[in-house]
Amino acid sequence: MSDDFVRSPPPGENRNPGSGRLFAEAWNSCLTAALFALLLFPLVAVRVDAIERSIAWRWGNLGWIAAAVFAISLAWRLRRRENVNRSTPSQPSPLDGEENGFREQGSALRYTGSPALEGRGWGAGGDATKPPLSPRSPRAAWLSTAIGLCAERPTVRHGAIVIGVAFALIMPLISSTYQVNVLTSALIAVILGLGLNIIVGLAGMLNLGYAAFTAVGAYAYALLNLHFHLGFWAALPAAGLVAAGFGLALGFPVLRLRGDYLAIVTLGFGEIVRLVLENWSALTNGPSGIANVPRPGLFGMELGLRGATIYLYFISFALAAGAATAVARLKNSRIGRAWVALREDETAAETMGIDRTRTKLAALALGAFFAGVAGVLFAARTTFVNPASFTFLESAMVLATVVLGGPGSVGGVVAAALVLVLLPEYLRPFAQYRMLVFGAALVLMMVLRARRALANHPGRPAQ
Amino acid sequence: MTGARAAEAAGGARVLLEARGLSAVFGGLRALDAVDLQVFEGEIAALIGPNGAGKTTLFNCLTGLCLPSAGDLHLLPAGGQRQRLGGLSPNRITALGVARTFQNIRLFPQMTALENVMVGRHVRTRAGVLGALLRGPKARAEERGIAAAALDLLAKVGLCTVANEPAASLPYGLQRRLEIARALATGPLLLLLDEPAAGMNPRETAELDELIRRLRDEDGVTILLIEHDMRLVMGLAERIVVLDYGRLIAVGTPLQVRADPAVIRAYLGEPQ
Repeated sequence: MSDDFVRSPPPGENRNPGSGRLFAEAWNSCLTAALFALLLFPLVAVRVDAIERSIAWRWGNLGWIAAAVFAISLAWRLRRRENVNRSTPSQPSPLDGEENGFREQGSALRYTGSPALEGRGWGAGGDATKPPLSPRSPRAAWLSTAIGLCAERPTVRHGAIVIGVAFALIMPLISSTYQVNVLTSALIAVILGLGLNIIVGLAGMLNLGYAAFTAVGAYAYALLNLHFHLGFWAALPAAGLVAAGFGLALGFPVLRLRGDYLAIVTLGFGEIVRLVLENWSALTNGPSGIANVPRPGLFGMELGLRGATIYLYFISFALAAGAATAVARLKNSRIGRAWVALREDETAAETMGIDRTRTKLAALALGAFFAGVAGVLFAARTTFVNPASFTFLESAMVLATVVLGGPGSVGGVVAAALVLVLLPEYLRPFAQYRMLVFGAALVLMMVLRARRALANHPGRPAQ
Repeated sequence: MTGARAAEAAGGARVLLEARGLSAVFGGLRALDAVDLQVFEGEIAALIGPNGAGKTTLFNCLTGLCLPSAGDLHLLPAGGQRQRLGGLSPNRITALGVARTFQNIRLFPQMTALENVMVGRHVRTRAGVLGALLRGPKARAEERGIAAAALDLLAKVGLCTVANEPAASLPYGLQRRLEIARALATGPLLLLLDEPAAGMNPRETAELDELIRRLRDEDGVTILLIEHDMRLVMGLAERIVVLDYGRLIAVGTPLQVRADPAVIRAYLGEPQ
């Protein structure tokens, strides 16, 4: 027991075989910083003033970026090395005080009480041959357990949902019309992400032309309103069904395709829809689009601009919540399991009695229905539709939502959709660097996701 | 049909599956060459032969993964209609009562063991998209039934403790058993096992032997297995069918087959 109270040597002395390693890491971080500075040089350091015909050199900016990159990179490297060291623990020795559950706090020694270390007596009389229960440090183990418990515990998750919903309900009443509009578009992105999540995340059919279904929904509303004076509420299901029909129409030819081939065909499908909308002027009014699409009415009442915006926000919120519930339910159902089975191994799924054609078509039609509904919301929000709103970039953004949120995960996709729409909006203070920062944030999030930050833990069957 | 009658007259066992003149040709390769095969209800039969003899191709034809070039294939469920299997899609054949496992394990790796087996229940349940969305009492009862049946099957193959583990994380031997449980979940009359003991150690093989017997004795599932482990085959199978170069070269009890000169030639080559 007494050996356990040997004072831990300061970190970095005992752990590192030599300080040379530290210098190596620092040198690598220096190189990284230099690379970043070099790459960002034309964007950040050079400012061409076309009117004054002068070039302003802003070396300070570059310095800041290099310093920040160096700091982040070094922290990252040290952390990673720590993890590597811990996942391959060397033979424990009584002097190796790094992991024995005691931390220095001021001058006092305190037991951190990690359960993973109980009964592991290193030193005198301890069974040093027993392998460590957890390869991570006590603090890291405790932290991951805590996070795990929080994510697992339903009360915490429900609490998060309740807070989120309350926030979403109060938000429009206290913020500007512009903010409400931004939030509405974020909710539309949530619906789109959830819809594509059915096709890509659950059923595993890579779709690069998803915006086409949104276009179909938006145009269906605009045209039904223009020619038949159909209101928002009548057009909502109708446009969804039209989009679902397009989903089926796309489905039949691509059912046999997988992977890359499917991606190419759906990409082509998306472009075909957009080009038809652009060129069939008699029906769609071509590139100039259709204006004066009405906002939803509330029992014939006239709402002002702000009122209508808030109203549409609440409609979008309700539909997004419905979409999230729907996908969550589908995921843990017979049909959801069939989708995942087809995604995981199509041949095995078929020999388990899953009808590939029907199951895949159901996914496509349902995903397209979501997109159609989102398209109606989009048309009602902007009161204007044109083909330029449904380019490949839109499809790619929705796909990014699914990939970032974790294919098949409902919460992850909702969070990712909100981030991907709101981040560029709130990065506006960065002015011309907005997209640069956004891109960097995307890369960072993807890297973190690879480390299971927004991990998609397998769903549990309903009790 | 005459073959079936003859067998019925001879041993009293009923034919469950009948293949007549079954051929499968890939380009210039005759993977199966006019194979006549009968599987009797309630038996444990084995399909053996050197590598490349066409055993797995035969399984693929039986389960609809591969379209036979010629020949007839029929399933004759007890008290049911004689069913033509040739040309049916795999999921239709599974619905009729033929289930299989794969030589190279094909589980759904990211799903849990329990979910894998629950997928197997797909073909015996009905709930669709609307059922999943509305979650009515009927859909919920069905879902509970699926979970209960899947847990029972996991218990049967001894995988209860790992029900919530992802299939990919299970050790090899357990994955093989999970595949059997998943196939059983489809409620088969005939279970086709493609090298179930491949990669297993002797103890695991003995457990597998016992499991297969239980499936036949307790659940009345007819079993046809491909296997290279001759000790397992000779001890387990009541009837052995030998294929070589796509041709059926011998059928009989383990003793008969072991002594058959054609079989010895196929495995060991011509005597010098």
